[in-house]
Amino acid sequence: MTALSLEKINKSFGEVHVLKDIDLTVSEGEFIVFVGPSGCGKSTLLRVIAGLEDASSGTIRIGGSDVTTTPPAKRGIAMVFQSYALYPHLDVEGNMALGLKQAGEAKTVISERIAMAARMLSLDEYLKRRPAELSGGQRQRVAIGRAIVRKPELFLFDEPLSNLDAALRMATRVEIARLHRELGASMIYVTHDQTEAMTLADRIVVLRDGRIEQVGSPMQLYNDPDNQFVAGFLGAPSMNFLPAAPLGAKGATLGIRPEHLRVAADGPLAGTVAHVERLGGDTNLLVTTDAGDTVTVRLFRQHDHRVDQRIALAFDPADAFAFDENGRRIRD
Amino acid sequence: MNKARNNPLNSFAAHAALITWTVIALFPVAVILINSFKTRKAIFREPLALPDADSFSMIGYQTVMKQGDFFLYFQNSFIVTVASLFFILLFGAMAAFALSEYRFKGNTLMGLYLALGIMIPIRIGTVAILDMMVQTGLVNTLWALILVYTAQGLPLAVFILSEFMRQVSDDLKNAGRIDGMSEYAIFFKLVLPLVRPSMATVAVFNMIPIWNDLWFPLILAPGESTKTLTLGSQVFIGQFVTDWNAVLSALSLAILPVLVLYVIFSRQLIRGITSGAVK
Repeated sequence: MTALSLEKINKSFGEVHVLKDIDLTVSEGEFIVFVGPSGCGKSTLLRVIAGLEDASSGTIRIGGSDVTTTPPAKRGIAMVFQSYALYPHLDVEGNMALGLKQAGEAKTVISERIAMAARMLSLDEYLKRRPAELSGGQRQRVAIGRAIVRKPELFLFDEPLSNLDAALRMATRVEIARLHRELGASMIYVTHDQTEAMTLADRIVVLRDGRIEQVGSPMQLYNDPDNQFVAGFLGAPSMNFLPAAPLGAKGATLGIRPEHLRVAADGPLAGTVAHVERLGGDTNLLVTTDAGDTVTVRLFRQHDHRVDQRIALAFDPADAFAFDENGRRIRD
Repeated sequence: MNKARNNPLNSFAAHAALITWTVIALFPVAVILINSFKTRKAIFREPLALPDADSFSMIGYQTVMKQGDFFLYFQNSFIVTVASLFFILLFGAMAAFALSEYRFKGNTLMGLYLALGIMIPIRIGTVAILDMMVQTGLVNTLWALILVYTAQGLPLAVFILSEFMRQVSDDLKNAGRIDGMSEYAIFFKLVLPLVRPSMATVAVFNMIPIWNDLWFPLILAPGESTKTLTLGSQVFIGQFVTDWNAVLSALSLAILPVLVLYVIFSRQLIRGITSGAVK
């Protein structure tokens, strides 16, 4: 069964056309991540799904029923915001209960659901605290709890980890993945962070300028990108793009991932090391080629390269991607 | 800590400036208070001297209590001020919410129109207002004053509050919408508590001119039953003789309620209750 289907969604703010003919189907229990650079329309798309913005045209179906003109509270969704958006005047319990109270649920049901959510998110001891008395990570867990208690058909996450520090971000990411497994609910998650997208998603939707560039599982997109934009957006460090002609490759641009380059004395790419990043497990080299391009090389383990050192790089042509002048992928 | 803030010279200069300002601001109030407790002769002989056993007198207060219905004037002033503030805050906040929250045609134009009142003094329209009040039969009622003061206070209230309402997180309002709160619930339960400090600012800005106003009470509600405190005090100021004891005592008494209201609002001014709402 489909949890969500979007048909020809368009959204304009005055003259600005933000979403252009978005079509998407999400199956039940799927974890979908919208990813793209800032201003690509991913947050707007989420808000259109939530009903916080009206679509200029198109149809939105959640769980089979047309909700295009339904107010947010009646769409069977729950949303987690980047800024947590907890009600400052209510304690944790009150924050989680409010939506259910508005929907007229029985008191026993409400306390049961809150107990369940508190257990899942280990919030039991904080139920009587106000948001101001909680840390950032705890606040975000409350925000997630507020979504869980509503038992929605669709969870919406709007960059929920952006305000957390690196360590907490990792922990919360794992927690969200665990919640998805336990609840088996359909989730839509917006982020500009490709690591979050790769680690969480069943399918990634890459957006640019209000259009869907490609939809697929993380490995599909990584191994078989449709175009130069998707190829460059996913993977860190990002893919190197070089003029194809000097290397004797087809198309206009040749793409090669940093981990597919190796140092070889007789390699076709000669240049100078401009910078070395030692991460312990990996070593990243920034190499300026003799043609003037900058190339990133990702070497595993530790290596003894120095800045200004002459170096030559080689790669297996089977690992390279070819793109035409418009950035479209040329497949064999 | 900031280095400049710790510098004793800077700290001294800052305190000197603040103390000078305080003294200048409090001086007239102190003179009024001191002299309200003195005999008429003592007031004119040595206006700055503190009352002593010789010059101490409660005659001013006694006159005020005996003369006219001073408590009624008091009550009138209080009703007019509190009711006007209530309406200014209620309607001002509602208009500000609409302007800051909703996208509609003519939003900016409407905002400018509402702000226009800041630049045009309401007293220019006195004749028209009086005419209107006569036709609606509101002359010599407290409602006449409340309506005029509400109109007078709204432009600045809308202007200040809409600026503050823009700062209330959109996510918070949207969270309320997803939880099924109505727009009214979002306004009263989420947004108003968060802009409470700015509401207090608006209240303080409006309260004192309303309390002290002589113009509109004199024109719109000069009747005995609707006299305000400021108008009532004028009884003691004559063309040829002025009962200074009574005037000063009346003014001293008039300060008290404003002081109480100010203390209530200024606590709100200082309290930052928004912490922890977002981020």
